Amino acid sequence: MPHSLLHWKFPMKVGVVVFPGSNCDHDAFHAVSHNLGHKSEYIWHDSEQLGNVDAVILPGGFSYGDYLRCGAIARFSPVMKAVKRFAADGGLVLGICNGFQVLCESGMLPGALLRNAGLKFLCKPVEISVETTDSPFTHTAKKGQVLTIPIAHGEGNYYADDETIAQLEAEDRIALRYVTPCNGSVKNIAGILNRERNVLGMMPHPERAADPLMGSTDGQIILSSLVNALTAK
Amino acid sequence: MTAITPEVVAAHQLTPDEYGRIVAILGREPSYTELGIFSVMWSEHCSYKSSRLHLKKLPTRGKRVLQGPGENAGIIDVGNGYAVAFKIESHNHPSFIEPFQGAATGVGGILRDIFTMGARPIAVLDALRFGPIEHPETGARNARILEGVVSGVAHYGNCFGVPTVGGECVFEESYAGNPLVNVFALGVIEHGKVFYGKAEGPGNPVIYVGAKTGRDGIHGASMASAEFTEESQQKRPNVQVGDPFMEKLLLEACLEAMQTGAIVGIQDMGAAGLTSSSCEMSGRAGTGLEIDMQYVPQRETGMTPYEILLSESQERMLLVAEKGREDEVFQVFHKWGLDAVTIGVVTDTGHMVVKDCGVVVADIPSRELANEAPLYDRPHTKPLRNVPMEAPAFQSSDLNADLDTLLTSGDLCSKAWIFQQYDWSVRTNTTLGPGADAAIVRIKETDSSVAISLDGNGRYCYLDPREGTKLIVAECCRNLSTVGALPVATTNNLNFGNPERPEIMAQIVESIEGMADACSFFDVPVTGGNVSLYNETLGDAIFPTPVVGIVGLLQTAQPISAAFRHPGRAVILLGGLGKCDGIHFGGTQYAKYIIQSLWGLPPELDMDLEKRVQSAMRAVAEEGLAESAHDLSDGGLAVGLAECSFGNRIGARIDLDGGDQRSEFLLFGEAPSRILVSTAHPEGVAEIAAKFGVEALRIGVTIEGELVIRNRDKVLIDRPVAALRERWASALESSLHSRM
Repeated sequence: MPHSLLHWKFPMKVGVVVFPGSNCDHDAFHAVSHNLGHKSEYIWHDSEQLGNVDAVILPGGFSYGDYLRCGAIARFSPVMKAVKRFAADGGLVLGICNGFQVLCESGMLPGALLRNAGLKFLCKPVEISVETTDSPFTHTAKKGQVLTIPIAHGEGNYYADDETIAQLEAEDRIALRYVTPCNGSVKNIAGILNRERNVLGMMPHPERAADPLMGSTDGQIILSSLVNALTAK
Repeated sequence: MTAITPEVVAAHQLTPDEYGRIVAILGREPSYTELGIFSVMWSEHCSYKSSRLHLKKLPTRGKRVLQGPGENAGIIDVGNGYAVAFKIESHNHPSFIEPFQGAATGVGGILRDIFTMGARPIAVLDALRFGPIEHPETGARNARILEGVVSGVAHYGNCFGVPTVGGECVFEESYAGNPLVNVFALGVIEHGKVFYGKAEGPGNPVIYVGAKTGRDGIHGASMASAEFTEESQQKRPNVQVGDPFMEKLLLEACLEAMQTGAIVGIQDMGAAGLTSSSCEMSGRAGTGLEIDMQYVPQRETGMTPYEILLSESQERMLLVAEKGREDEVFQVFHKWGLDAVTIGVVTDTGHMVVKDCGVVVADIPSRELANEAPLYDRPHTKPLRNVPMEAPAFQSSDLNADLDTLLTSGDLCSKAWIFQQYDWSVRTNTTLGPGADAAIVRIKETDSSVAISLDGNGRYCYLDPREGTKLIVAECCRNLSTVGALPVATTNNLNFGNPERPEIMAQIVESIEGMADACSFFDVPVTGGNVSLYNETLGDAIFPTPVVGIVGLLQTAQPISAAFRHPGRAVILLGGLGKCDGIHFGGTQYAKYIIQSLWGLPPELDMDLEKRVQSAMRAVAEEGLAESAHDLSDGGLAVGLAECSFGNRIGARIDLDGGDQRSEFLLFGEAPSRILVSTAHPEGVAEIAAKFGVEALRIGVTIEGELVIRNRDKVLIDRPVAALRERWASALESSLHSRM
């Protein structure tokens, strides 16, 4: 049944942050409201308040042009102060693509996203495996489940030093891995969690795989895990 | 003050006659600034002085056309109160001089044409043509230009947030010194919310918004109106530098400002910058303008009015607001961190008056400037053509090897290396992406989708510009029909050499006339486009290369793609085997890559049959009978079958009854009006085909992993799909790597 016909008795409200150069903000909004049948709301980048939202998505795009380093300017934006507070209070934050870069630059997640190993922007559907189900973003998946979700980035090559990687592994914080290497990421990392497990950064775009017309609906597993986790709260 | 000497006039690419006309309009000698204004407005690029006479022959009306040629973009109705605005434009010359920025700003320019009308861009396609990468002398440079152009398109479109959903990429020696970069964009708009480039209402403020003006791109339009010489390489500073983030801000700010209701008219500053936007806006409204250069935001110091007026700095717009409501407009632009400054006022004088700190530096009647541009009926003889009519003697020694060669050739190999660099899925509308017969983009606001295809064929058009152009219109419509869409309107990009040569002018005239015929016949009126002439380097013209972009409509649904989906399905060739002989084989990919020659005529087109085949295909699609569909074009039946096999590694066993027809013609002939369909309901397809009087030739069955083609028990092709696919998929990247 088309998800647009879903009517939740207690719809969750997901805030989608809009930086001036965000360009996947509409897509995240559409996936949450149209494909999942929940509510979404835009949050402007110079706002220091998130308003009454249950979760936050930092969408893909080029935040402030990203001519310097992706997310390097966004970390100083007023809205990121609010996002940090929200996360510190246990709020769920999902950073997609540029959102992941912003989370790393802000220090909310460890490591950095370097230029793709092939030095080219890469847009294609890829297979990623769910490495842990112990998170509000993956709890409805099965461990090892393979999802087909598109990537679209020039700087998605995840890097962190050996110590950090060891820690991520020890703490079961690597949420998603590419099944086949595609951008040079250390250990094929496609998405990681913070220590408290309420912040996920991922390079693939679940909002682009939330509609049967887009060739895959696997992204719904991430997004509906998120709203289910909220409902269960 | 620079004196106006005949040398100065010539340096502005104005003829003595044209200069005389300027003096007559002004009733005096022009100032240096005025001469600059006339030179860009009357350049080939802005005035279409060589082509205008013939462009009038194109059909422009249709029941879905809401806006035809003459505005920033054409607009067609898509139902449910929505419309789409679309147009194609070239950035050939800048892309040769500086591939990355040339291509990037080409994307930027066409996007502004779309959103200046109030439409949000939702799709970009690009038709690219380069010299061959494997060429011993020019190969390395050709590869570098290709790399730069592709990165430039990716850089701009990806950051802006518009998906690049398709296009074409072709290699030909004639493009080595003159690559073609044609970019198409399409946007969605609500009926009744269209904005036009009109400076209406004397007393209304003229407002400049967006990026600051620099010295980049001065005389870009004139550069695009001359042949390339060795000195052109020195013109790198004429190429503008693009800032896609700025364009994204401009897009959001413009669309938001339009909602205020305070904007009367708006136009982007594209070719010829502030000059053309101000002249055209006042020209269209029949008003005048008075602007002062001191208020124009500048990023360099000491710029003269001449430089400010002729700068082609990117990401700028000129708009006219309702008097007294300027603040509403300013507020929106400031929210997005953009400059918005009143630089003048609309007047009722009919004159464009430019001041510098209050001193008049130009005073030109804007209607005459726009409407009395020279119009030339340039002499045309027989189209240039230096190849024989008769085929050389040839005989294939190994048809399997020929197929391998074709599938790894520049024109036919997989273009994934290119389109993976483009973000083609942003905005979550792309239901059929790059590499398909046509791209499909859904319109979320309605339950319909648009299908788009760009097509050109320099070889066909060189052999016969008239028939070649009809063939590309037919193919473009066929691509749309193959995915189930009804073709509805056309935009065109006419890329030719120097129109002052009668044999080139003849190519232009015949091509336009062929396009007029075909667009009328297939009911796809032309709503606008672009003409790019002087595509010559050191006296060598490119193949005549008209490119058409046709937009089709269909219900939003799961798309039909080219890939065979299941083994055991009937393979049907709608339209039958088609005709081919030695003369009509000379423009094919086989002639190009295997025989390495060019001769004869393009394939024969029967437009009536073509139309029926397309109608039948759409009916088959609508009934849900086609599991896959793929049009036959470059490379013919064998290449088409291989392409259908690649998606899911399901091949086919094909049994032809081609009589004693030559195997090369059967396999690689490029007769039009043919579409490959795989289906679980062959009788249903046959029934529909019969209704349209179209042959539905059942040629075989899909099978796992192999492609076998026989003619009356004689095996012509027998290859594992995996082997064919691997080389096809990696060919472009390997040949580029061999050059780096």
